[in-house]
Amino acid sequence: MQALPAPLRPLSYFWVSFRRTWMSTLSTTFLTPLLYLASLGAGLGALVGHGQRLASLGGQDYVSFVAPALLAATAMQVAIAQATYDVWGACNPWSGAYRSMQASPISVGQIMTGHMTWIAARALLACTLFLVVSAAFGTVHSPEALAGLAVGPLTALTFAAPLAAYSVRARHDQPFTVVFRLFMLPLFLFSGTFFPVSQLPVGLRYVAYALPLWHSVELSRSLYAGKFGLLAGLGHLAYLAGVAGIGLVLARRSYRVRLSR
Amino acid sequence: MSTGTRVSARGLRKSFGDFTAVDGIDFEVRAGEVFGFLGPNGAGKSSTMRMVGATSERTGGELSVLGLDPSHDGATIRSRLGVVPQEDNLDLELSVSDNLFVYGRYFGIPRRELRARIVDLLHFARLSERATEKVDNLSGGMKRRLTIARGLVNEPELILLDEPTTGLDPQARHLLWDRLYSLKQSGVTLVLTTHYMDEAEQLCDRLVVMDKGHIIAAGSPRELVDRYATKEVVELRFPAGEARRALEEVDGLARRVEALADRVFLYTDDGDETAEEVAHSGLRPTSTLVRRASLEDVFMTLTGRQLDD
Repeated sequence: MQALPAPLRPLSYFWVSFRRTWMSTLSTTFLTPLLYLASLGAGLGALVGHGQRLASLGGQDYVSFVAPALLAATAMQVAIAQATYDVWGACNPWSGAYRSMQASPISVGQIMTGHMTWIAARALLACTLFLVVSAAFGTVHSPEALAGLAVGPLTALTFAAPLAAYSVRARHDQPFTVVFRLFMLPLFLFSGTFFPVSQLPVGLRYVAYALPLWHSVELSRSLYAGKFGLLAGLGHLAYLAGVAGIGLVLARRSYRVRLSR
Repeated sequence: MSTGTRVSARGLRKSFGDFTAVDGIDFEVRAGEVFGFLGPNGAGKSSTMRMVGATSERTGGELSVLGLDPSHDGATIRSRLGVVPQEDNLDLELSVSDNLFVYGRYFGIPRRELRARIVDLLHFARLSERATEKVDNLSGGMKRRLTIARGLVNEPELILLDEPTTGLDPQARHLLWDRLYSLKQSGVTLVLTTHYMDEAEQLCDRLVVMDKGHIIAAGSPRELVDRYATKEVVELRFPAGEARRALEEVDGLARRVEALADRVFLYTDDGDETAEEVAHSGLRPTSTLVRRASLEDVFMTLTGRQLDD
């Protein structure tokens, strides 16, 4: 076994920790979206159009409409949980994870990219599990859905990077509950996840277009259905990558301020 | 590289905004020695250590660690350093050996090699029987020994220990000193900070005394005591608040006198004789103690305060 390259070395910490705790993470990353899929998709889906394909849902049945959105939302949830409590914890004395990495040849920038890589990997894992289950619900209509897995890590970075920039400098963890209630929940509900944004009043519709999760949802949905449109797809990708990129720049700066004292 | 200088600093400074933690210090650490920073909390010791450890950027001055500049070669320097921070930043949820394993991986040590080193390190730290135990269950002394063992995982040439025995009971301290002494015997250079004068006396070949960001004295423990204190000290204890008044009475009985709230120190070459003179003077302290002068007295002489104030 060769020595790990420096940028990947932080992963050994997250991996060893994860090996201990993966059981308890199953509920948030796997069970929750599964329950949504079962209740909203199969349950509510039986009412909405009686399980028939609907033109208003882009010509698909309700469960097929919801499933790809839940994949994107799962990636978002994984990312937000990790980029708040886990990042905040890792730079505090009682965890010491970042501080001990700092004493090694790993640089502050690599600590940041290492943690972001880990979050992206966790999102990929969660989305893979979800894809398998949603396929069992008969919601996957195209092999393109496999490419939809890439939506997971990209969505994760879009949310994790800017949030980590904030969390690493946060003194307390109370504001994180605000992030969950006032930021994550509305995003989850109004990004075209459970109904098409065309149902929204015109003004709000444009707000939805600006939400990163909407772009993830649209991307994921087009891939599940095998209707990936190049122009729209690239647009969504560019938007997500743009937010992630800005987030990474901000995170790099925050990590340096917090850890290089 | 068994001879020469391991760390050298000239005019080294560190400020945080308006506050200057380290205010232009000069020092040199030679290969194979135990070098100490002695001083009270807030003297600038830890800030100095973090700059030497290449995790905190200096504000000014020159600094060379293992012949390299921390501003440019931080990663290389860190790969050759062992760092034992003031707070045990171990992962409490992981086992003893997993803590060593993860840390070793930060240095890019291959798995197989690392497994072999962990066996040796656990033996060194007297933790072989605890290898699979969660760190949370260890005593303070064990955690500290594990932190030290972890700092050795990359076989460092230079080890930085920030307050290595703070918060440990006497027995744990002595075991730790013993481990540090065996490291010194193996030829590693040690730099440590402490606010315990007995620790500095026990371990350090040379040390600097720091106060408020400055180095106020430098030398071996013996040299410092000889230079700044007398051979013996007579310590008179009084009810709190009365010592300062007694100060006037004993003035002239010793080469130098100092007072805290509840104690008066008389610096003299013959403690018994001075104690007798005090008894004849009619002063009635609650207790009288004659002892050899220590680094504590050096600090007292230099600053008029006690080390662990």
